[in-house]
Amino acid sequence: MSKTKCLAMILAGGQGSRLGALTKNIAKPAVPFGGKYRIIDFPLSNCANSGIDKVGVLTQYRPLELHTYLGTGNAWDLDKSTGGVFILPPYARDKGADWYKGTADAIYQNLNFIDMMDPEYVLILSGDHIYTMDYSKMLDVHRANKADATIGVFEVPWDEAPRFGIMNTDAVDGRIIEFEEKPAKPKSNLASMGIYIFNRELLSRYLMADAADENSSHDFGKNIIPAMLNDNARLYSYAFEGYWKDVGTIESLWQANMDLLADEPPFSFNSPWTIYSSNPSLPPHYIGNEARVHNSMLNEGSVIFGEVDHSVLFSGVKIGKGAKVTNSVIMPFTKIEENAVIDHAIVAQNCVISAGAVVTGEAGAIAVVPEGEVVEATDEGEQVS
Amino acid sequence: MGIIKLDGANSMLKELCEHRPVASLPIAGRYRVIDFAVSNMVNSGIGDVGVLLSANARSIFDHLRSGKDWDLARHRGGLSYLPSDPYDGKPATGDLQGLYSNLDYIQHNAAEYILIAQADCVYNMDFRSVLLFHQNTGADITMVYSKAQDDISGNAAVMKVTENGRVTDIAKSLTVTAGMNDFLGVYLMSKDTFVKVVSNGFERGGTDFLLDGIIRHMEEYSIFGYEHKGYVSRINSTMAYFNANKDFLNPEIWSEVFMGDNLIHTKTKDAAPVQYKDTSRVVNCLVANGCEIRGEVENSIIFRDVKIGEGVKIKDCIIMERCVIEDNAMLRNVICDKNVTVSKDQWLKGADNYPLIVAKNTTI
Repeated sequence: MSKTKCLAMILAGGQGSRLGALTKNIAKPAVPFGGKYRIIDFPLSNCANSGIDKVGVLTQYRPLELHTYLGTGNAWDLDKSTGGVFILPPYARDKGADWYKGTADAIYQNLNFIDMMDPEYVLILSGDHIYTMDYSKMLDVHRANKADATIGVFEVPWDEAPRFGIMNTDAVDGRIIEFEEKPAKPKSNLASMGIYIFNRELLSRYLMADAADENSSHDFGKNIIPAMLNDNARLYSYAFEGYWKDVGTIESLWQANMDLLADEPPFSFNSPWTIYSSNPSLPPHYIGNEARVHNSMLNEGSVIFGEVDHSVLFSGVKIGKGAKVTNSVIMPFTKIEENAVIDHAIVAQNCVISAGAVVTGEAGAIAVVPEGEVVEATDEGEQVS
Repeated sequence: MGIIKLDGANSMLKELCEHRPVASLPIAGRYRVIDFAVSNMVNSGIGDVGVLLSANARSIFDHLRSGKDWDLARHRGGLSYLPSDPYDGKPATGDLQGLYSNLDYIQHNAAEYILIAQADCVYNMDFRSVLLFHQNTGADITMVYSKAQDDISGNAAVMKVTENGRVTDIAKSLTVTAGMNDFLGVYLMSKDTFVKVVSNGFERGGTDFLLDGIIRHMEEYSIFGYEHKGYVSRINSTMAYFNANKDFLNPEIWSEVFMGDNLIHTKTKDAAPVQYKDTSRVVNCLVANGCEIRGEVENSIIFRDVKIGEGVKIKDCIIMERCVIEDNAMLRNVICDKNVTVSKDQWLKGADNYPLIVAKNTTI
């Protein structure tokens, strides 16, 4: 295998417990997003578009659907004879088997894989953010700074800063002076995006030391980065400008879907920075005679006879006559029967909302219908939330 | 083994097929006509598909590529392209020469049967039932037809079929009247019969597979007709093309052809879902991914990556890939070929029985 400059490792093993019913059967990175995509399409497409063609995907929680989805990596043009997508679940060794015990431990357990790929740099990504980013520019900055590690940062509103890992940096060159995990009184509003570039040798060294430390929680933010700062390693920040959204909660997932409906969407899914995804063989959607569709995104294979406003519909969705869908996300192959009413809701895959049924939530309390559920109408109209 | 023929006279599709065979004509928002023949073969379990090339085949190569989108990029078998070689220094004047020049290749294939399909039909059909019929009747050649629903003009062949399925007469024709047996260009025969039809036809100076290979030798074969009862359109004129597209505005046809167990596959393009803006008003339309719609659209087929501006009114139109219809333009009974731009405030109108065709890459 040819010499690799930069190997990407996507942490995709998380349960995403804050997404509740949506991640009961699938890992968070496999959660559908934006009418056509799954969350992991974003880091994978970013890798493909950034010229990074060796990508390890670390899986653990409910991996079957995610593994099936990744397949050979063909959807992202990552089915290469000299690289591509490598699926990396935890595996047994001569001295037993371990689950991935933290973000750093997951990479530590795959040091063999990293050695096999033999990269100069390792790019660590997480599988739960929506953004388009050219990692090659970040790598250029990393090299120009002669950094040991570079951390992607994003300016968050000051009042939200206490929820993030905050980087205090040198205003002139962006060198990281201090890292504070969820500070009560933040000194900066530069939040870590969970995107790291490490020089491979240094990363291996710190991961091995961390693995030997019984008191460590084996986490990049909590352990590895502070240890490096402590040793005065050259850590730099790389400020990302653009749209970046953590979709770890129902509310943020709903909001990120709604963000796409802005008159000028936060980013374009189409070229030049195409977000790739698997393309099922479904026909263009059909909008019926009495249908009304406004401010919405619709995918292939859907058929609409009712009213859709300010909503995101995935493929194969059916909206019956007289049904009304507003401010909602309807995932693949869900049927909304006649005269049903859906508002401020996320309805997962393969659900049936029966004729006349009502599913309504509100901003701050989005209603969720889990995968495969059948919601019946009741006399007074059922309220799910 | 399946063989797909691209040629077939298309004089009645002049403007649309000046630079492409009928097979690569875009249809139903995201497909090309050839997708139906290829997908039907693949869905029927045919793993070897040969495409007999004609002139202007570049669009076919660009569309089918390795065959991956149909699962035909295989280590063994899969998609193969069958070029038509000159014979005695003369280029091919009909499909018979093309088939003849590939006879060696076809003979080396292990398949027992050859299914031939003309790539000008839009349908979803399981060819396995044709094979079963073929085996039950013990026919030498089985030809697939459908009962014409309406009068059709354009190149055709009609068949007389007895009650037990035997074909007693086949005639090339320029019109088909409702109720007649309209031949769909699909043949099934054993490889040995195929070799015989092609060699006998070509070596005696013939050029046309149907006329010189089969019709002129009808008494030598036992020929049966299999009736396809599902939806089908043969694209042999501009009106047939226009109507076939509009057929998919019937949700029952849309669902029969595209949403059953056997899906029609096409080249994938990674386009984003359609964006409907605040000012959009869309009724009775088929809209493909990658579009951005701000105007009013009715009874129309909108292909991938089309932009429709504010105040636009589109009715009874076919708008192909990457067209841009700028603000306040009005279009009625128009077919915009790929990559057409209709500038602000322009009005275009075709006749009800003859749509106006705007050629590829034109700006109006």
